[in-house]
Amino acid sequence: MIVAERKPLDEIKRFIEGFERVLVVGCGGCATVCLAGGEAEVKIVGSALRIAARKEGRRQEVLEDCVTRQCEPEFVEQILVRVKEEGVTALLSLACGVGVNFLAERLGDIPVFPGLNTKFFGATAEPGVWVEMCAGCGNCMLHLTGGICPVARCSKSLLNGPCGGSTDGKCEISPDVDCGWALIVERMKRLGTLDQLAEITPARDWSSSPHGGPRRVVREDLRELAAEAEENSAAAS
Amino acid sequence: MKSGSNLERVLEAGHFTVTAEIGPPMGCNGEVVLEKARLLKGCADAFNITDCQTAVVRMSSIASAVLVMREGLEPVMQMTCRDRNRIAIQADILGAAALGIRNCLCIAGDHQSFGAAGRLKGHPGAKNVYDVDSIQLVSILKGLRDDGQQQGGDEVEMRPPLFIGAVWTPLGDPIDFRPFRLAKKVEAGTDFIQTQGIYDMELFRQQMAIAREMGLHERVAILAGIIVPRNLGMLRYMNSSVAGVTVPEELMGRMAAARKAAGEDKAQARRNQEEEGIRITVELIEQAQETEGVRGVHIQAIEWEQKVPEIVERAGLMPRPVMPAEG
Repeated sequence: MIVAERKPLDEIKRFIEGFERVLVVGCGGCATVCLAGGEAEVKIVGSALRIAARKEGRRQEVLEDCVTRQCEPEFVEQILVRVKEEGVTALLSLACGVGVNFLAERLGDIPVFPGLNTKFFGATAEPGVWVEMCAGCGNCMLHLTGGICPVARCSKSLLNGPCGGSTDGKCEISPDVDCGWALIVERMKRLGTLDQLAEITPARDWSSSPHGGPRRVVREDLRELAAEAEENSAAAS
Repeated sequence: MKSGSNLERVLEAGHFTVTAEIGPPMGCNGEVVLEKARLLKGCADAFNITDCQTAVVRMSSIASAVLVMREGLEPVMQMTCRDRNRIAIQADILGAAALGIRNCLCIAGDHQSFGAAGRLKGHPGAKNVYDVDSIQLVSILKGLRDDGQQQGGDEVEMRPPLFIGAVWTPLGDPIDFRPFRLAKKVEAGTDFIQTQGIYDMELFRQQMAIAREMGLHERVAILAGIIVPRNLGMLRYMNSSVAGVTVPEELMGRMAAARKAAGEDKAQARRNQEEEGIRITVELIEQAQETEGVRGVHIQAIEWEQKVPEIVERAGLMPRPVMPAEG
């Protein structure tokens, strides 16, 4: 999932201070799973903002909503409708950065502010702890490294083994951070595939990663299906 | 000859080789580098110029290398993967070669979160690069030199004559993987290796035995790294906090005894420890010399460079051979 963490309330409050009618929007996807921006968190943030406005004597109405996912047109539609019908003057999104962007492109002259800091693609290691496991670099090499990613889990994204900074399975940046390459070596030992690491991984092509510019995925087969469906429905009516 | 560098020639001639390290200053005073160069002239075959070690901004390795060349020293320019992408790296390598630099050591570089292990602020908020890793960097330099080709495939009009080095941390974790990592560096085209500082010679010799079984010592010149210990605190720090460095109890005991012998006299305690540190260094150099497959030592006297001539002298490695350049 995309792991996110709520921004400090003080920072959120400053974003929306000057707006009369603010809609706080949660997301039922990743932000809910990582307990940062789901229905429950919308309620918490909403009430905190109302209390702050009352205390500071500001006239501000705080509305709440939560959609299935803030990254798909069909789900954000209900938000756009509410904004128009209820005279919302600003949005606070508790989705990841994708949700904020997606709304910003659709909101015309209404501003949307981020309520979360989007962290990484990760998993729940234990209750209350999430760890990064994928860098979204666009050209997966996990088949070469026992399923453990050196791009995301080595602090230097080294592709040919651990640097000299690995100690007792930990990274040189912190004793709290596992050395990604120690994990890879251990894993490949267990799989009996350690000898595969003798092969030199050449300098890689990073153009599939964010370094190549904003990325998009196009599936022509799906686009054609969608176009066909549209034609059929037009013909039917 | 790949590069014709003094380092290459001394190794080629079969001499036990000595390299030492010069750390550039945290300012633009070139005189600091020149002064260190004058102090060290003649006591080693080549001098590593560090590249913003521990991720602290210092005078660049290329500029400092050119400065030491003015004093007649041969530099080993260090190049980290932390601060430059493959475009900047290759541009700097071509520039360095044009300026007469013949040795380059390829390293990943300490992570920017280091900041001199907390003694300085550093730049922990910097964005790092790591476009390529140290092994890929070796391959890139080899490609420029031997194939006349940039990493991207374009041709190099004039090939840089470089003696290519890399680092090996023989006692780093995971320790059983370390010989394989060395093998990869050799496979990529490394000409010489400088190791992380060794105090535990026994463990190092075990790793060297594995390297010899793999035939690596015949394909690459291995120089054992020796970090000159100055006092007990430094040994303790290195043992606990520097990755890949373990200090045997015996050495720490010797340093503790040297300190204790001075009683309450702090100045004497310092002198005792410094003398013991140099004695330990000389012994380590001798032990490295007796280790099969080790073809030299790389001496790091961090912010204590002026002691290197005495160390090399006492290790019986002076004077250094004078190798006339070809042609």
